[in-house]
Amino acid sequence: MTDQTRSQSGSAPALTRRQAYEQRLRRRSITIAAGSTLAVVLAVVLLVPLSRGWDAVKRSFFNGEVFAKTFPGLLDAFLMNVAIFLWCAPIIAVLGLLIALFRDVRSPALYPLRLFGAIYTDVFRGLPVILVIYLIGFGVPGLGLPRPWNSPYIWGSLALILVYAAYVAEVIRSGIDSIHHSQRAAAASLGLSDGDTMRYVVLPQAIRNVAPANMNLFIALQKDVALLSFIGPVEVFRQAGVYKSLLANFTPYVGAAVIFLALTIPATRYADYLMHKQRRRQS
Amino acid sequence: MAKLDLKGVTKSFGDNMVCRGIDLSVDEGEMVCLIGASGSGKSTLLRCINLLEPIDDGCILLDGVDISEPGLDPQPIRARIGIVFQSFNLFPHMTAAENVMLAPRRVLGKSRDALEGPVKTLFERFDLGQRMHHYPDQLSGGQQQRVAIIRALAMAPEIMLFDEITSALDPELVGEVLDVLRQLRSEGMTMILATHEMAFARELADKVCFLDAGRILEEGPPDTLFADPKEPRTRAFLKRVL
Repeated sequence: MTDQTRSQSGSAPALTRRQAYEQRLRRRSITIAAGSTLAVVLAVVLLVPLSRGWDAVKRSFFNGEVFAKTFPGLLDAFLMNVAIFLWCAPIIAVLGLLIALFRDVRSPALYPLRLFGAIYTDVFRGLPVILVIYLIGFGVPGLGLPRPWNSPYIWGSLALILVYAAYVAEVIRSGIDSIHHSQRAAAASLGLSDGDTMRYVVLPQAIRNVAPANMNLFIALQKDVALLSFIGPVEVFRQAGVYKSLLANFTPYVGAAVIFLALTIPATRYADYLMHKQRRRQS
Repeated sequence: MAKLDLKGVTKSFGDNMVCRGIDLSVDEGEMVCLIGASGSGKSTLLRCINLLEPIDDGCILLDGVDISEPGLDPQPIRARIGIVFQSFNLFPHMTAAENVMLAPRRVLGKSRDALEGPVKTLFERFDLGQRMHHYPDQLSGGQQQRVAIIRALAMAPEIMLFDEITSALDPELVGEVLDVLRQLRSEGMTMILATHEMAFARELADKVCFLDAGRILEEGPPDTLFADPKEPRTRAFLKRVL
């Protein structure tokens, strides 16, 4: 039997009948996938230019000349997005962690913290980000604060921090809940205090479990920094708008999109990879 | 005076009364085995002794002092009573050595340096010297359970509780864990075991208690209880498991 299979499949690594069958199956599905993808791409490439408005769209959205002229400026402006992201992210992480811990306190004296945590997450997860940015970004400077303290950079960032900390807190809390109670029992049985149990046993595991989910939140934050443009800060989206008005052309928006994607696609892929790895470890 | 004395301990979960008045006394250096069907209250009783579950009524005396007194801080008492669980419950994000050192560092305030020597000795005593710096998922079930025992021993407890610690192990790994118990027995550790290992209980226990529906139905030295059980329910149970 084995001899026969070997002689049939011929040279070097002899395949069993099942392996040969699976290889045929695999090759067939690859061929089909490639064929159907090619058909769709061809249809788009051939059919879209046939539409009546294509020439106009091409001129105003995919203008190579405008792209080349504005792209360096857009990249410069994007540094502002990165800066805003960089000072918001650590504060969000710390605040989110604190709020998550507030919601886990058991002592009755600290009940106000628990209540605060619950109300906080409910309120800020329940509001559109842009609304919070408007309310805080226009509202607080309206108090008539002196020069450096009325900057939309400060209050816009605060709005992002408040909203995103609420989401991060919920993610961390779900991580805390996901740790089996037997871990707490084991820690308690050794005489560890509740605080030490949280700090050394529960939190390290919880945070690791929700790292991919948190990464997705920070990717969303990177995009939402663009919303600050509505209250003043000149970041890439706003800069693209300036170029658009200047050149009467929409290509700068495409340029901005390209910049965002260059950052967010690798980051999302990496988060997905982490999530996938984790699921495999848990199963 | 007995090392540990339980008097009329009762415990319910909602309507389910799991311990219905348990009296048990354990002397220093004694090894007591709790046997009985699943759900007879063995595990709950051990968790109550370690104060992981508050009891509803009765009292638990350790060296004559009531440790079940409501309002008493449980932490220093838990540090004196070690417990090992069926499912090991090691901390998966720490190496074996870190698992063992955490409580002595945080509860007894010892430094990592001061602990290094004694912890190494403990691991070597139980033949795990080579595995100290492995993570739990790199260890076999038997090795993990032995690390869990070492973790409890590192607090230098006066009593050790073992909650069916071989039940989650593959049969070929049970032996190495029972060997650890033999070793502790010979060193004079006071131990209470909830167990299904009847042969082991018969070989080593000073006293065997048969639990049925939350009560100790019958207790005595293993030779008497296994060879000549008085109660029909004990007889029926032993017939099923032996």
